[in-house]
Amino acid sequence: MRNAFINRLSELAKNDKNILMMAGDLGYNVLNKFYDDMPKQFVNAGIAEQNMTSMAAGMALEGKKVYTYSIANFPSLRCLEQIRNDILYHDANVKIISVGAGFGYGSMGMSHHGTDDMGVMRCLPNIIIFSPSDKNEAIRVAELSVMTKKPAYIRLGKGGEEDIHEYLEFNIGESINVVKGNKVAIFTTGPIASEALEATNILNEMSISTALYTFPTVKPIDEEIIKKCGNDFDLIVTVEEHNIIGGLCSAVAEVLAMQKNKAVLRKIGLNDTYISEVGSQKYLRERHNLCSKDIVNTVLDYINLK
Amino acid sequence: MNSKTLACQIRKDCLEMAYLSKGSHIACALSIADIVAVLYSDILKFNPEDPKDDKRDRFILSKGHAGSAVYSALARSGFFDPEILKTHYANGSILSGHVSHKTVPGIEISTGALGHGVSIGAGMAYALKLNNKENRVFVIVGDGECDEGSVWEMALFSAQHHLNNFTIIIDKNRFQALGKCQDILKNENLKEKFELFGFKAMEIDGHSHDEIRKSLKVTSKDKPICIVANTVKGKGVSFMENDLKWHYKNPDEEQYKYALREVESEYDQ
Repeated sequence: MRNAFINRLSELAKNDKNILMMAGDLGYNVLNKFYDDMPKQFVNAGIAEQNMTSMAAGMALEGKKVYTYSIANFPSLRCLEQIRNDILYHDANVKIISVGAGFGYGSMGMSHHGTDDMGVMRCLPNIIIFSPSDKNEAIRVAELSVMTKKPAYIRLGKGGEEDIHEYLEFNIGESINVVKGNKVAIFTTGPIASEALEATNILNEMSISTALYTFPTVKPIDEEIIKKCGNDFDLIVTVEEHNIIGGLCSAVAEVLAMQKNKAVLRKIGLNDTYISEVGSQKYLRERHNLCSKDIVNTVLDYINLK
Repeated sequence: MNSKTLACQIRKDCLEMAYLSKGSHIACALSIADIVAVLYSDILKFNPEDPKDDKRDRFILSKGHAGSAVYSALARSGFFDPEILKTHYANGSILSGHVSHKTVPGIEISTGALGHGVSIGAGMAYALKLNNKENRVFVIVGDGECDEGSVWEMALFSAQHHLNNFTIIIDKNRFQALGKCQDILKNENLKEKFELFGFKAMEIDGHSHDEIRKSLKVTSKDKPICIVANTVKGKGVSFMENDLKWHYKNPDEEQYKYALREVESEYDQ
């Protein structure tokens, strides 16, 4: 997903000299296309994310379209106030690329886990939050990020994500109905969509009619679809590789809470905790009940309860 | 308006603003009054008719709490009606305590959180060079503000990338919010530090208009410029000078009138 995004962005940057990639001294073997092919459109800010972020705002105010790039919390939480005051308040055309959504860098330890970023970003005014679920969504997000002048946060998987659907020309704020169904709707965002897709397939094989929606934009969220699903389905399950507070589940609940729903909401996410165990993305998902079987069990529990 | 007249006017305006608004930070504004006056009288290219004019130099007040001095300079340079200065801090005013670009014509960047303005300035300088533009970028930063790590991140970057269109002026008034800088975080030898980081650095009397003017005209082939301006917090008003409480307090009527007389008599000399 990360490479697909960077490749598409570098294609677009070749035709737009104002696109600048600013790395926080990370991106080995990823950002080559920028520094080899377009050295004037690449700058390494060093291990100095606060300065990188404020500088990006300054450059954007001089007409550049700046992308800051680093791992998970470094371009986001590390320099949160620079994002708030300098990028967002000044409406600067800066896109923040955060790589390693959720447990993308699982074995690296908690410093590298991107598990609260969406929630923190979501409460900031004037930011778009992109959270693609596979490489095809990431390619489209690269295109959308160039098209919009608004500031944005782009949450990317580290790589090796399963394809969830083909390339689609969706727009900012639109969800994607990947699988159709009429009893259960699963909402997901980010690399964990593969678990959601597997769960959807298992449930449908069990004759529990299950729909799957991905949300490549978490802010603004697709309110129309959420409201419609609240009316049409019996159960909505949100699935995210993120703390259960502040992310997709919260965004969905905020919409559902404003109307009378047929559907009940259940959530799959991290139970408001930091992770100390060491392991791969898959391993940590298993340890924290974020896998397809956990999604299936959540649905079955609800049905049995009923 | 020549720089001496403007500096006197800035001090008078700042005193009036602090008196009417009961706002804080009067001493911080007084310490940069001469630097701001020289910038707006003799150095900066700007156009009050078109505050976003491409030809303008970029000026950022990184120590945004000294906003009243810049508001005064802008009003006296024709950006807005000086009568508006009287609304500083008031409900519905365009003039917030810390400078805001959203509401005030001529304010380039909103600041207030320390250590941001210098980095935004470096970003502007970098982009202006990429765009082959001649405009210069000037930033006033506090000596206390240099506690912020981001200031030193900016210093590393600016020197590495030869931002010779970029000048930072450190208002070295030797005080920060809770006391003397030397008693809080001893961050001395700023000129030498910036030199070691790769700046062309100089140290001046931050109240001598000749020295300020001369230093702001300094250019370098390949280095960013750092002017360490030795200033007096509260400069121009005897009872406010070097007294921490005027970081917070505002003058009552008697103090205000006394202060005005002092500022005016200093100018008459």
